[in-house]
Amino acid sequence: MNAIFAQYGFLIVAIVKVILLVLIVLTADAYLTWLERKVIGHIQARWGPYRVGPHGLLQPLADGIKFILKEDPLPEGVDKKAYFFAPFLTLMLALTSLAVIPFGPDITVFGYRTNFGIADINISLLALFAITALSVYGIALAGWGSNNKYSLLGGLRSSAQMISYELAMTLSVVGVLLIAGTLSLKEIVEQQANGNLGLLGWNIIGFSKDHAGLTQIIGCFCFFMAAIAETNRVPFDLPEAESELVAGYHTEYASMKFAMFFIGEYTAMITVSCLSTILFFGGWLSPFPASWTLTHYVPSLILVPLGLWVFFDGIRYETIFGRIVLPGIGSVLTLLGLGLFAAPAINELIQGPFWFFVKVFAVLFFYIWMRGTLPRFRYDQLMDFGWKILLPVSIANVVLTSAFILWRMQG
Amino acid sequence: MSAALLIFFVLAGLAVLGAVALILQSHPIHSALSLILVMLSLAGLYLLMGAEFVAAVQIIVYGGAVMVLFVFVIMLLNAGEEERTNFSKLATFAGVPLALALGGVIAAAIARSSGHLPAPAANGALTPTRELSKLLFSEFVYPFELTSFLILVAIIGAIVLAQREN
Repeated sequence: MNAIFAQYGFLIVAIVKVILLVLIVLTADAYLTWLERKVIGHIQARWGPYRVGPHGLLQPLADGIKFILKEDPLPEGVDKKAYFFAPFLTLMLALTSLAVIPFGPDITVFGYRTNFGIADINISLLALFAITALSVYGIALAGWGSNNKYSLLGGLRSSAQMISYELAMTLSVVGVLLIAGTLSLKEIVEQQANGNLGLLGWNIIGFSKDHAGLTQIIGCFCFFMAAIAETNRVPFDLPEAESELVAGYHTEYASMKFAMFFIGEYTAMITVSCLSTILFFGGWLSPFPASWTLTHYVPSLILVPLGLWVFFDGIRYETIFGRIVLPGIGSVLTLLGLGLFAAPAINELIQGPFWFFVKVFAVLFFYIWMRGTLPRFRYDQLMDFGWKILLPVSIANVVLTSAFILWRMQG
Repeated sequence: MSAALLIFFVLAGLAVLGAVALILQSHPIHSALSLILVMLSLAGLYLLMGAEFVAAVQIIVYGGAVMVLFVFVIMLLNAGEEERTNFSKLATFAGVPLALALGGVIAAAIARSSGHLPAPAANGALTPTRELSKLLFSEFVYPFELTSFLILVAIIGAIVLAQREN
């Protein structure tokens, strides 16, 4: 057994990680739709999903069953190759892009040291950009292959939008790359831990050891705006603008094929949130300096009240299901929080992933918040914003950052 | 057969297949997609030779930006199926032999020089991007800057051409 593991260990671990990640991400996507509907509902003074399960928690499951059972008609005159290939391509690329994201520092499980994420490569940032660069084909092909003018317009808009905003997105991270001096996402995070300053060392504030005061807040703004446009979300969701184009590029898709676009879009959102967390918000680093060991109990301090709240909220629930499930989840969370007090080794292990999750959740919430707040851009405004504001500003950020680094090196 | 060689043959086969399909497809979009396949296979081949940066840039620039523009223009013009015409006499009697001759010359040149070509990097050894950039900005800085100047000229030329109509 050990001999086999020594020889094929890398392969076995990689496969297990891939399966785990896909399962987790698909579940996260499902509950992201729930969160989005819930948050937007509350922004608009509605309840959001409330009927299926306690707090509508089973709504994603119901949606999933609906997607599988719906009829999947094939419209007339479609280009079959493009029509069938497009949703697969979208989903495939969206899931692949998560492979290079490091979710935490390297961990050692049963004496086997491995990176927290699927692939740890030298040029993970470039690899990620390469995958995003290809993802436009899914949308363009869907729009073109559907034999529908609204779809075609959606596909066209999407291609133009992605070409325009990819430039700004790539240039906006150059500042971070100049500071970090590496293309590896893992090393970019590790570099932000320099100087033991916690939150102040993150690239968005920039008091790390080497480049005091070199903030990347402009880069962060440009990156996030361009990334929203790349993922086709409000206020840049022109490829699927429902008031103008019915549903844009996926008008002619139904059932699972539509679900694939949907999952692809939400996975892309998660990837972008992970990437902005890594580049600008310190990745898996805690906002407190590493020497403040007491702050390692923050996960427990959040988990225990959360668990208790879920427990008591569930008891008040009227249906039998709600009464059993919510208190069950609540007790598990509470016990988990208490268990972390008792087992410091495990507590150390979950620090990285915990903070990573918290930050990604915050970015995702911001995403949804924007959708609930901002109206959609007009098409010419979109192009003006991309070419006349984002691109020059991100180039200026590169020049400023380089000048500052040069000045620091001489002074 | 080593794994690297196997991957090489798969990627090279895909590249050739894509190139042939590019010519044989009757619809411009399908041709463009075949060209994307060629670009991606080439990126894989670069990676196999240890050039990680070149591989990523190949996908970002050619697979992403350039080909998206191709697809965009084809979709914008809404180009339909091309009609297949008969081979012209000139193509049959002059074109095919000339193409075969050209292929033979290239194959012979490669076969002859394969002895002195430097071997690709040994298993999994990658050229670090840092080394590549150092070389690019020290030893080859003048050609590099000249190329960027050339690109600038091309961009300005494109803008002038587009502006001429109004």
